[in-house]
This record gives sequence, C-alpha cells and structure tokens, in this order.
Amino acid sequence: MAKVFIYPATSLILSDLVARFDHTPLGTALGIRERIQTPGLESPPLQITPDDPKRGLKYAAVEVPSGVRGRMAVYGPLIEDAEAAIVVHDADFAFGCMGCARTNELVKFMIRQRSIPTLDLNYPRTEGEGEEFVAAIHQFLASLGGRL
Amino acid sequence: MADYEPEYRGSVTKYVFVESPDMTPGDLAIRAYEIAGGVMIKETCFGIQVTGSESEVEDLVSRIRSFDPTHIFVKDRGFPPGDPRRCRANLGGARPGFFGHEFEMGIIRHISRGLLRLPSRDPGIEPHPPTPDHTGRLDSARLKAIIAAKEP
Repeated sequence: MAKVFIYPATSLILSDLVARFDHTPLGTALGIRERIQTPGLESPPLQITPDDPKRGLKYAAVEVPSGVRGRMAVYGPLIEDAEAAIVVHDADFAFGCMGCARTNELVKFMIRQRSIPTLDLNYPRTEGEGEEFVAAIHQFLASLGGRL
Repeated sequence: MADYEPEYRGSVTKYVFVESPDMTPGDLAIRAYEIAGGVMIKETCFGIQVTGSESEVEDLVSRIRSFDPTHIFVKDRGFPPGDPRRCRANLGGARPGFFGHEFEMGIIRHISRGLLRLPSRDPGIEPHPPTPDHTGRLDSARLKAIIAAKEP
C-alpha cells in the first residue's frame, strides 16, 4: 500500500480512486484534520496558527507571502511523505488568489523535484475519456503494488 | 487568542457521495443507518457524512460502497460535521469546498462509466487518458520574434 499525493489535494475523484484501489490518498483533509484535532490556541477557520508560516519556511523563502508559507506547511509534509503522486492539471476549481496560485506552482514543482512516480492527467470530458482516465489510474496504482 | 479544545478528538470524518440511477441520498442514508453501529451519520443533499473511530468508519465505508460500487464515492474530511467554522448554517452562501464538489460531481458519471467497464477491459490495452497539452503556450523565442518585429 503506497501513500499517493493527489493534486488537486481536495479532489473527490482522485481520493476515491486511490482508496478504492487499496492505496492511501494524501490530501488536504489529512493536514487540516491534524490541526483541527490538536488542542492549542483558537485560530479559526482552519486552525492555521502563526507557527505554520514559520514551518513553511522549510519550503518557501522568507520574502514569499505568508499565505504561501502557511499553505505549504499543510502540503509540504504530505508531499515529503508521498511515495507517488497523481496530478490533474486542468482543475479550474484549484484557481484562487495569488497565494493559491503560487502554492499550486510550488506543489507541482516539489512533486517534480522529489522524483517520485507521477501520473499527469486532465479531467475526462466524455465517457470514453472517463474509461481511459480510470484505466490509467488503475494501471499506475497497480505498478506501485497492492490489490487489483 | 482563546484556548482551543477540539470536539470529536481522535475521530475520522468521511464524505460519502452517491450519484446513481438506482439509489438516492435518502436511500443511502436509510441503509447506512441500518449498519451504522456506533458511527455518527449526518445526512446531506449529496449523500452522507460519517464520523467515528478510524476502524469503525473504514468498516462502514467498505460496506456502504458495496451497495452500488461504481456510483458511490468516498473522500476524507478534515472538519467534523456541523462545525461552526465550516457549516453554511453559520456562514451563509455556499459551504467552502462546495465548488470543487460541484465541478467533480458534474463529470463523475464518466468515472462511474470507467469503473463499470474496467473489469471487462483487456489488461494488455495501454490506456490513453486525456493529458495536459502544453503546445498552445507561447514560447520565449516566439515572444522575442514578435517584439523584434515591431509591428504597429
């Protein structure tokens, strides 16, 4: 069972397919759950405390906006933990402010830099593409080991 | 800053989405209640949310999937159900994260189709999924040529 980082990290489809084929999806929910369930100082809405941008310094320089560093404090450890990644490139809903945009670029860069097995895809627009999309993810995850 | 004491500490929450011609979210909830045991279930318009210990939730989710394997989809959630920081009852407007789900639920029938056809697919056939096309981007050499042309 491999730990597979998914991008977009909130994707229902990727999270479901990775778990369905017996691997562990690493997405935003895991990082947020860890923060939500840790006692400390109240920092709504996501319990991203002032410590997180400091932790983000491991992934982005100090002159990078704190929004990027805060986000990287969530995603960085997940990418470091990942043994493989599935990246969907045309996710319109991943669009956001410059913090989101720069974080998205940095996340993709970090995945490349780690040189882990990566599957690059676009979302399917037709039934035929859906069939190929699922088959490609199935084949990729099978190559990592686990149940078929 | 006030002290923060989390609710449902040590629990796991998962979304269960259903997009099926044979099962409505209401049907799913009723069948899930029958086998829920100690797991908390919250009904939603798209399916249910389940909250409990990790082993209980995993067990329940695998049984729920068996109702309609190609049309039921599951993902993790960071917040417990009804959390005032996320629940739209307190915020107004769409729940944060709704737009991502709305987009993916629009194409999830293609995924269902893929899952349905997967067992009968010849494993020797190489899949050709939609992949990113970078050929449409303007490269720097072309940009320099445009600048050098100095067209009015």
